[in-house]
Amino acid sequence: MLKYLRTRLLLAVPTVVLTSAIVFMMLFLIPGDPASIYIGEQTATPQRLTEIRHVMGLDRPLYVQYADFAWKALHGDLGRSLQTNRPVTAEVATRFPNTLALALAAMALAAVLGFGLGLVSALNRNSVFDSLSMMVALFGVSVPVFWLALLLIMLFAVRLEWLPATSQSGLRDLVLPTVSLALLSAATLARLVRSSMLEILRLDYLTTARAKGLRGIAVVFRHALPNAVIPVITAMGLQFGSLLSGAVITETVFARPGLGKLVVDSIQNKDLPTVQGVVLVLALIYIGMNLLVDISYAFIDPRIRFE
Amino acid sequence: MSAGAQVATLAAPAVRAARGLWRDAFGRLFANRGAVAGGAVFIVIVATAIAAPALAPGNPIALNVSQSLDAPGPRHWLGTDQFGRDILSRILYGARTSLAMGLVAVAISVAGGAILGLLSGFYRGGVDLSVMRLVDVMLAFPGILLALVIIAVLGPNLGSAMIAVGISGMPVFIRVVRSATLSVREFQFVEAARVVGCGDGRILVRHILPNVAAPVIVLVTLGIPNAIIAGAALSFLGLGVKPPTPDWGAMLSNGRGFMTTAWWLSTFPGLAIVIIVLAINLFGDGLRDALDPRLKL
Repeated sequence: MLKYLRTRLLLAVPTVVLTSAIVFMMLFLIPGDPASIYIGEQTATPQRLTEIRHVMGLDRPLYVQYADFAWKALHGDLGRSLQTNRPVTAEVATRFPNTLALALAAMALAAVLGFGLGLVSALNRNSVFDSLSMMVALFGVSVPVFWLALLLIMLFAVRLEWLPATSQSGLRDLVLPTVSLALLSAATLARLVRSSMLEILRLDYLTTARAKGLRGIAVVFRHALPNAVIPVITAMGLQFGSLLSGAVITETVFARPGLGKLVVDSIQNKDLPTVQGVVLVLALIYIGMNLLVDISYAFIDPRIRFE
Repeated sequence: MSAGAQVATLAAPAVRAARGLWRDAFGRLFANRGAVAGGAVFIVIVATAIAAPALAPGNPIALNVSQSLDAPGPRHWLGTDQFGRDILSRILYGARTSLAMGLVAVAISVAGGAILGLLSGFYRGGVDLSVMRLVDVMLAFPGILLALVIIAVLGPNLGSAMIAVGISGMPVFIRVVRSATLSVREFQFVEAARVVGCGDGRILVRHILPNVAAPVIVLVTLGIPNAIIAGAALSFLGLGVKPPTPDWGAMLSNGRGFMTTAWWLSTFPGLAIVIIVLAINLFGDGLRDALDPRLKL
């Protein structure tokens, strides 16, 4: 088990290094002089630009600059925002809880809906309920998050006035963004749970379980479900990533002060250090999440531990 | 009989079998009502997009403030926006932007994915390792995030959005082409091609590529709706198509300011996205089942 953990952790290291290198390289990939990009809208004489380059260390070899960037990032220094002049780490720390709350709430809702619809569909294959819930799932994967969010605002905030149209940090503010963000993941999970369950339900060991007189519920929950969840867990790890990035859109629609809205605003304001900081944090969370998924396999499926 | 002729005789049954596969697949596809309906709707949308200048009741860009925010009615079936522009005309022209977005972005994904996937699966070793690391890194930026990184670098406009969506869609193509190539390269016809003196390039393009086409075609049909949604999302965020170009995502974003007074601004463009995405998804699902009922994507 320890060996498995160690291999997984070691495999994640090059990904983290390369990801941070790409984020670092953004400054040099943008057409134009990195020093001018860093000073934003201000103008500067060529002499002043040379000074800025020297002060910021842009005249050093690229690998030295990357090592410096990585070292500082490891110590929580992601530079300063060009918009607010506050440390990017502080900007990220203020907004992170809002994004995390939204992503977790959406994940929970998506899991409940996805498992519920998928299980009931698989157990009642080819019934009216099955067709209906799979139609809902197909609709769910085809509706853009931003349109669903607007419809929810028009219905529940503008017409019925039940919930706020914008979202700050309270629980009530979380309802509409969560619902709009969760639908796509719920639909994807429902389709996956259904197909995974259908595949397992066909296997011989379940026929044996039924033949020895086990009740339907025990067959499903004790014997079928644990084997059907493995592909679903992978998908949930990936879904968490799409929820984090989906938060980019949801937070913008609901004007929720989270990381997603911060990154969009920063791209529009050409605030590169903030864009780099937020992208790096989101990518690292996602890599960490996938690592957790890999490790969780080993707990769920003993065959993986012993490979 | 020359060695080349012998190989041709050996390869002939494989070619016939491939034709049979496609005929069978089309048979299954046309038996699937959902897929046929989806395909038909998609063809109608493409036709209306091409014929937009003839079908559109008004100019999609010209301002007409006297008819600002007209509700849907006989004069303007889907109403007008705050500048008096006819929503139906803008939706018809917007279909061109969305289709172009979906097709160009997926073409970029396919081109990059096929080249890297073929090389990675065919040469294995160091090439494979490097390509797979690249895929891991691309996948470390979830969903729209990689597109945002690319747009932050290239600047926000339609071209950047297409490139951004295309590159973010690439990893799944690389993976699928690579795994198909890994299995196809072991077949005897590849060995036979090598024996008669075919070079790597010819083997890859003439012998392996046609045999990895089926999963790629399925991925293309499922990738186009994703690209359309991603493109609309970028325009919605103000990072894609710029005004006054008609675009569904940008129209939705514009409608946000009028949700209390003019519901039609943000309702109809969204409905257009849902219809086109649903149609292609239905067709893609049918195509996947038709080409390989066991294929899971």
